[in-house]
Amino acid sequence: MRYLPKSPSEREEMLESIGVDSVEELFQSIPEKFRLRKPLDLPGPLSEMEIIQYFQARAAENARGYTSFLGAGVYQHVRSVVADAIIQRGEFLTSYTPYQAEISQGTLTAIFEFQTLMCQLTGQEVANASMYDGSTALTEAVLMAERLTGKHRVLVARTVHPEYRQVLATYAKNLGLEVDEIGYAKSGQLDTEALSKAKLGEAAAIVVQSPNFFGVIEELPALAEAAHAAGALLVTTIAEAASLGIVRPPVEADIVAMEGQSFGIPPSYGGPYVGVIATREKFVRQMPGRLAGQTTDGAGRRGFVLTLATREQHIRREKATSNICTNEALYALAATIHLCLIGKEGLRELALQNLAKARLAAAELTKIPGVRRVFSGRVFNEFVLEFPRSVKLINAALLREKIIGPLPLGVHYPELTKRGLVCVTETMPRAEIERLAAAIKKILETPL
Amino acid sequence: MNSKLTEVETAAPGIRKAGRQVNQNEGLIFEKSAPGKRGMELPPLDVPAIDPAEALGAGNSRDSIEGFPEVSEIEVIRHFTRISTWNYAIDLGMYPLGSCTMKYNPRVNEHVARLDGLASEHPAQPADVSQGCLRILYDLQKCLLEVTGMDAATLQPVAGAQGELTGLLMIRAYLQSQGNARKKVLIPDSAHGTNPASVVIAGYEVQNIKSNARGQIDTDHLREFATEDVAALMVTNPSTIGVFEERIAEIAAILHERGALLYMDGANMNALAGVTRPGDFGVDVMHLNLHKTFSTPHGGGGPGAGPVLAKKILEPFLPVPVVVEKNGRYALDSNRPQSVGRVRAYCGNFGVLLRALAYTLAYGPGIRQATEDAVLNANYIRKNLEESFDLPYNLPSMHEVVFSDARQKKQGVNTMDIAKRLIDYGFHPYTTAFPLIVPGAMMIEPTESESKEECDLFIDAMRSIAIEAETNPELVKTAPHSTRVGRLDEVAAARKPILRWKP
Repeated sequence: MRYLPKSPSEREEMLESIGVDSVEELFQSIPEKFRLRKPLDLPGPLSEMEIIQYFQARAAENARGYTSFLGAGVYQHVRSVVADAIIQRGEFLTSYTPYQAEISQGTLTAIFEFQTLMCQLTGQEVANASMYDGSTALTEAVLMAERLTGKHRVLVARTVHPEYRQVLATYAKNLGLEVDEIGYAKSGQLDTEALSKAKLGEAAAIVVQSPNFFGVIEELPALAEAAHAAGALLVTTIAEAASLGIVRPPVEADIVAMEGQSFGIPPSYGGPYVGVIATREKFVRQMPGRLAGQTTDGAGRRGFVLTLATREQHIRREKATSNICTNEALYALAATIHLCLIGKEGLRELALQNLAKARLAAAELTKIPGVRRVFSGRVFNEFVLEFPRSVKLINAALLREKIIGPLPLGVHYPELTKRGLVCVTETMPRAEIERLAAAIKKILETPL
Repeated sequence: MNSKLTEVETAAPGIRKAGRQVNQNEGLIFEKSAPGKRGMELPPLDVPAIDPAEALGAGNSRDSIEGFPEVSEIEVIRHFTRISTWNYAIDLGMYPLGSCTMKYNPRVNEHVARLDGLASEHPAQPADVSQGCLRILYDLQKCLLEVTGMDAATLQPVAGAQGELTGLLMIRAYLQSQGNARKKVLIPDSAHGTNPASVVIAGYEVQNIKSNARGQIDTDHLREFATEDVAALMVTNPSTIGVFEERIAEIAAILHERGALLYMDGANMNALAGVTRPGDFGVDVMHLNLHKTFSTPHGGGGPGAGPVLAKKILEPFLPVPVVVEKNGRYALDSNRPQSVGRVRAYCGNFGVLLRALAYTLAYGPGIRQATEDAVLNANYIRKNLEESFDLPYNLPSMHEVVFSDARQKKQGVNTMDIAKRLIDYGFHPYTTAFPLIVPGAMMIEPTESESKEECDLFIDAMRSIAIEAETNPELVKTAPHSTRVGRLDEVAAARKPILRWKP
């Protein structure tokens, strides 16, 4: 087998050195009746070529060659080949968590840079070395708010990504954490009237997403004020991190939970991505996840180490701030490289292109009779449209044109049937936007 | 620097694996930044441009991002390439971190994960145009069920710790459906730190149980502790001292008699794959770390994947969605009323999962040979180091061996010192100070990826360090001597944390 570096005679020599006759003897501690006597029923072994063929066949069964207008938490943005080439260097790809700092300075330096970039983007003071993704980062941010305030109720906007809310519900269920959902207004923003009626005094935090699941930018300064006046924190989640190129960062938030997939990470059918938690310096000891910090060696040279580990499970066990161990270091590195490449000007330009293209798409699509915008709030690169018939039916017809249409919202919001969420990024050529509009127009002109 | 290297070489003529190489100095990327440079360009905008303040509202837009880097493409390449050379990696040599299973990460896995039609796919796209992704998930589930001997699977958890939590939530939901979720989960003192941390998030109390003199679960002790308040026992098998729990079936029976379940932390599955199956020896639910046994790269700390495998009785409680197959068509089923819910958005770390499938397909049933070689390597190293180091538990080792620093401590040399000295010999350190039941633990897991030659080099290095600990303990205590930076001041780092660059 090509991955195994021993010849049969080397195996014999090693067995002899150990003093056993066969490898079977090394498994003597496994009770006889539990030892497998027949080979596992697994496909393979396959050669490298056959493995590639298997996966190419699977790729051909997917949406290769389709134009997609899906966003909703996962975005198609430009990616440089540079980031992907660097993360495939064995020194990054095949290294472990940098506990042995002297021979992990590459990873530690990159994490320190990642933490810095995340602070610059979010307007927060500290950021950790990564979480699994946006959904779990949000859950951890809420648990952190619970620890910081000692309160066991949170007010979560219904405009937070539905799957993020589902993850939170799974974790909250057994921890005695009450989750109250707050609806949305005609603007598509959190309904402040409903908020004023909620039990804000009992709440650990108000939790909002901005831009929210409908693409609408929330009024964070006002929400922060309301939260702080009641002794609660403001937890903000960002699913579309590319918005930070032009959208004001959530500086008033006490904890920011972000999905970093937009920074050069492919959609890859849902993962791996990279979550981030950023917060105020005074809250750092309640933060989950690893942190890299700067220090010096005996000769005064600058170096980096994992620090404040007494928050973590390998030291504190059941008293840790989280059970997280493995994080998404390689994709934090990919995001770091991507952000260094695109840089200050490029990130802004990219965000401006998203804004312009989404606006053009909204204009083109709302020219179609019966199609209109649902929410009046300001948007970045996503918006909700109402259609005169089921979005699923429209999408089925669009698939025949090799177009993946708007995300049907009825699945997560029963009151929003016939509404769909459209996303347009900088990667979408104008001609494809026009093709979508023409195709939908034609579909709607065809009687059911 | 030069004088130091000479000193090291004189002190240890046994250093055969590592050589000398020029290593570039490099600052932080922010220190290279200058206005107007950039490393990526976009195609020109093909629609009318828009004023952001007007479109977003003046209060919602931002100007430039202070301190954000402005560097060219070549500077980015050089920066990250230079700092990469400061890392040790499996691709450079043996990485004997016990409990971490640092095996070869096949390159073809990286290739297939990047194929157009796989890397490009959106998790919310319709099932009709996701049949390839869904089949990959389904095929991997089938393989993992066969390897573990279990009945039902979820691939959604994205790390071992999340797998633990998911398994515990399933246990909780199952017991709740029987009328009583119970209060406690038993954890042996040799367990990974994630076990107790996960128990707490699942809403249970941790009850630690002591290992017996053989480092195994004491079944008398277990009988005493396994009251009707106990929901489950979390066992790592082989245990963290690398020894198979010989009485595992009895352990399972004790729990089952009292209505509790047996959870297995599958971190050490690399000792078992193809040889024995947890489902056959009484385990009810377990997780696998695909970034350990199934070769997906650690990437400096992640991503991972922590699929959960369970017996039939726990199937209704799997997280949603579940990948299902009907007449050769695949779909995601979210309509499962007894489910514990969702533990992560979408279907988990798909890109990690497909790498694990690529690994499994490469071996097929031959995965047993990998297990045998891993156990062979560990025993070979054990045999050849037994005379130099203290072996606290003289029991048959599987994929890893745990020594202690008891002998070297007499000279004031501890496990961390020896680990750091290994760096000078060209190796990554073994795992230090874990498991907690072994004072001064030196936990060595070579994996199957090491040749006899690499194992011999490691043995020579360890023996040489044992001699140095006798003859020149100072040399070991001040190691490493060959790295860019010496031992770093961790106390200062924690006392006055500097967690970001500032101009």
